[in-house]
Amino acid sequence: MRLGLVVDLDVCVGCHACAIACKEWNASGTIGPLTDYQPYGAEPSGVWFNRIRSYEMDEYPNNKTVNFPMSCMHCEDAACVTVCPTGASYKRPEDGIVLIDQDKCMGCNYCSWACPYGARELDRSSGTMKKCTLCVDRIYDEKLPVEERQPACVLTCPAHARMFGDFDDPDSAVSRTVRERSGYGLMPELNYSPTNQYLPPRSKPVIPIGPKPKGGLKESIKQFANKLVRR
Amino acid sequence: MHPAFSVIFFTVASGAGFGLFSLLFIADVFKLGGGFSREQLVIGGLIALGLIVFGLLSSTFHLANPKNAWRAFNRFRTSWLSREGVFAVIFMPLALIYLVSIWFDAPAWLRDTSGFLAAILAWITVFSTGMIYACLKTIRQWNSPLVPANYLALGYASGSLLLLLGAVVSGLETLPYIAMSALIMSIAAVLKAIYYFWIGSPGLSPTINTATGLTRAKVKLLDTGHTHGTFLTEEFGFQIARQKAGLLKIVVFVLGFALPGLMLVWVFNQHGGEMAAIVAVVAGLVGASVERWLFFAEARHVVNLYHGAQRC
Repeated sequence: MRLGLVVDLDVCVGCHACAIACKEWNASGTIGPLTDYQPYGAEPSGVWFNRIRSYEMDEYPNNKTVNFPMSCMHCEDAACVTVCPTGASYKRPEDGIVLIDQDKCMGCNYCSWACPYGARELDRSSGTMKKCTLCVDRIYDEKLPVEERQPACVLTCPAHARMFGDFDDPDSAVSRTVRERSGYGLMPELNYSPTNQYLPPRSKPVIPIGPKPKGGLKESIKQFANKLVRR
Repeated sequence: MHPAFSVIFFTVASGAGFGLFSLLFIADVFKLGGGFSREQLVIGGLIALGLIVFGLLSSTFHLANPKNAWRAFNRFRTSWLSREGVFAVIFMPLALIYLVSIWFDAPAWLRDTSGFLAAILAWITVFSTGMIYACLKTIRQWNSPLVPANYLALGYASGSLLLLLGAVVSGLETLPYIAMSALIMSIAAVLKAIYYFWIGSPGLSPTINTATGLTRAKVKLLDTGHTHGTFLTEEFGFQIARQKAGLLKIVVFVLGFALPGLMLVWVFNQHGGEMAAIVAVVAGLVGASVERWLFFAEARHVVNLYHGAQRC
């Protein structure tokens, strides 16, 4: 099994609900809390497993805003795991989820240096590294109804821009969607083989923005009259 | 990358310590300049071990959870950080056996074998330190074989200056030590110059387009999604102005290589002897520290692409 996420960049509206739901679930999850520093102060900051950035693609008038949620990619060739000196970081052979054993981590930051996606963040209060668990404490919970055994971010997304599933199964919904929509992994040139895939924004017709057509003599007189009245 | 002072101090001090130890062994084997006495060898060896131990201890200061530091020996098979620790720990008893066998006039085979193995391990440990950085594909300025080469050359250059000071203080014939120092220093200077030349051009590096996968058009950042800094901006956001970096490179070459080189000439011409050797050591170590600070400051992690950098 190779579990991961699909993010549809065409659909994501950038509402940050996935990040909030992630924080809500994981703050009391297996590797919580996700400490906040000065949450109501002048310089609010803290640990998040999921961050959403916004980019602009191309230039006016062909420009498009792309909202870009990013969490751990659960890479197949996860350098964060190979560089970890303590063995706290590990990749589960059964489902490919990359996790950090909070009891073994010494907080050297080395794994965060090896991660190109910025998925790992140090929690200053516990002194350990933290990251997305793919809600491992939720997706296998048999007390939950089957349809709720999904990561919190996927369940909450109001635009249905996120999907969760097994990429090893060629007929799973995620595999099929990635095939049909030409999904891709980020920064492929580093050869980390990220499991999470992104669906590119669809091409849409450009809205014409040329000068308005002239209305002839009648229209000009009308506009002239309007101007006089307004004065 | 954010330059952490504990790591800078660690790499400079332990590099100099390992360099001093292996060169001390060479000086002992070939009895350079008449050869150090028993006491002088042991004191020199203890100074080297002191530098290494202080360095290793200071490296634990940058850990956020040092109580788990002992676990760092666990992943010898995959992690260069773990390998560095393991090699440093194997080095210690061998180095102590060498110094003890000098002190108690042990048979030559024990003294030479332990010294030789310790010198090899010193080499491997400094190489491992360099590989910690060189193995990261995420930082173009580090992902180069020049990095471990620089770490070794600079460690040995600092060690050779310390050894020269020892030779001057002990009243040995200084010529072989001056020659050794001059040779290692010039190799280190040339390697550093090649490194600075090499990292100057970006080559085939990730861009904001490959990072986002939006490769068909220009991409620019609109919003980072956080109101204040994050762990990522603190750790990787550090940026140094090109002009300041250029200035510091001049400092590295003047303090780290030119001034110690001039002092070698002074020692050779019997101008001030001891004082010149001390100036050489201090300038060499300060130069190496500036070089190490710059090594971190100039490194650009690819996560900066997601924060708006067009290329790293």
